[in-house]
Amino acid sequence: MSKRRPYVRPMAGWWRKNPFFVEYMIHEGTALFVAAYALILLTGLVYLAHGEAAWNVWLEGLKNPWYIAFHWLALAAMCYHTYTWFKIMPRTMPPVIVGGKRLPDFAITGSGLAVAVTASLAMFGLVWGMAR
Amino acid sequence: MSENQRIIEIEVLRYHPEKDKAPYQQVFQVPFTDDMSVLQGVQYIKDYLDGSLSFRWSCRMAICGSCGMMINGEPSLSCETFLRDYYPARVRVEALAHFPIERDLVINMEGFIEKLESIQPYIIPKEPRTLAQGEYLQTPAQLGAYEQFSSCINCMLCYAACPQFGLNSEFVGPAAMALLHRYNVDSRDGGKAERMELVNSEEGVFNCTAVGYCSEVCPKHVDPANAVNQNKTNSAADYFMRFLTPKGGAK
Ligand code: SF4
Ligand code: FES
Repeated sequence: MSKRRPYVRPMAGWWRKNPFFVEYMIHEGTALFVAAYALILLTGLVYLAHGEAAWNVWLEGLKNPWYIAFHWLALAAMCYHTYTWFKIMPRTMPPVIVGGKRLPDFAITGSGLAVAVTASLAMFGLVWGMAR
Repeated sequence: MSENQRIIEIEVLRYHPEKDKAPYQQVFQVPFTDDMSVLQGVQYIKDYLDGSLSFRWSCRMAICGSCGMMINGEPSLSCETFLRDYYPARVRVEALAHFPIERDLVINMEGFIEKLESIQPYIIPKEPRTLAQGEYLQTPAQLGAYEQFSSCINCMLCYAACPQFGLNSEFVGPAAMALLHRYNVDSRDGGKAERMELVNSEEGVFNCTAVGYCSEVCPKHVDPANAVNQNKTNSAADYFMRFLTPKGGAK
């Protein structure tokens, strides 16, 4: 009879075993903030549909210090998400050949981040301009 | 042995199926010199301390891909990892993660071999070619499209780095997918449609959640995560192609 008895190690708690996996889990976790924020905006839309009075109630609600604290937290989470998202981007796309040479990873990550920052600032400026 | 001989502790995960119910740690005191790799450390154990220790190795120069182990929790080639970098702390060595342990540091790689076979790792010509037609010619750009993915040495470090493979051993996984991609993007090859069926399948690329650690640990800079993720796009394109062309896309 065969003496073989391959031992399969358990996977429980796998993501705590390596700093790389911890970072991955934080990255995935910050996506929840993105989802939560989408829900908040969606609620605002529902209130808006109910007329101006309802909309103002929603706006007033946003001034709650807990809500403001959440906004800061969500902003931090989204910044981290954006950073790790573009960090992994070179691994997810076909090679970009520029002038016969392959674009290095940092150039791809860098341009991704630059676009994200520019788009966010433009959006911020636009909304700021409309609100005044 | 010289006066200033240093001793490092090597903790090994042992498992002998004929007597052990489960793996356990065993610590060895190993005298070492600055030029000694972790592989040489475990070889010392086998030669002088415990002859029953089992592990795989061959080339000692990071080219055969046999000596992969978890070293302090990181998938590494033990022949290119040096004891001096851990001293005076203890070094922990363990069989490659996510694979069944056959004995001590030896893993069961049957599943991986089957996967390598399943991707048809050879050129499937577009059409029969006669000797008179001579050899295939490729431009440097055509070579560049697949060259990096052909450097794989089958060390399986990327599998030990992939939690999705650990959770579902059916997943084709990084190295096999990199090799599949290597043939699919080779200008001489015509087997893409056949291989895409595997890419699109339950065992295929969509098991990957872009953790990316596989590419981090790869000793040959194959970047298997890139091959896997490029094929997510290919798979999606393949899916939509079937609606556009009667013969397009895999079945
Ligand atoms: S892709 Fe890299 S890590 Fe994976 S088996 Fe090949 S050489 Fe090893
Ligand atoms: S012994 Fe060949 S790769 Fe380490």
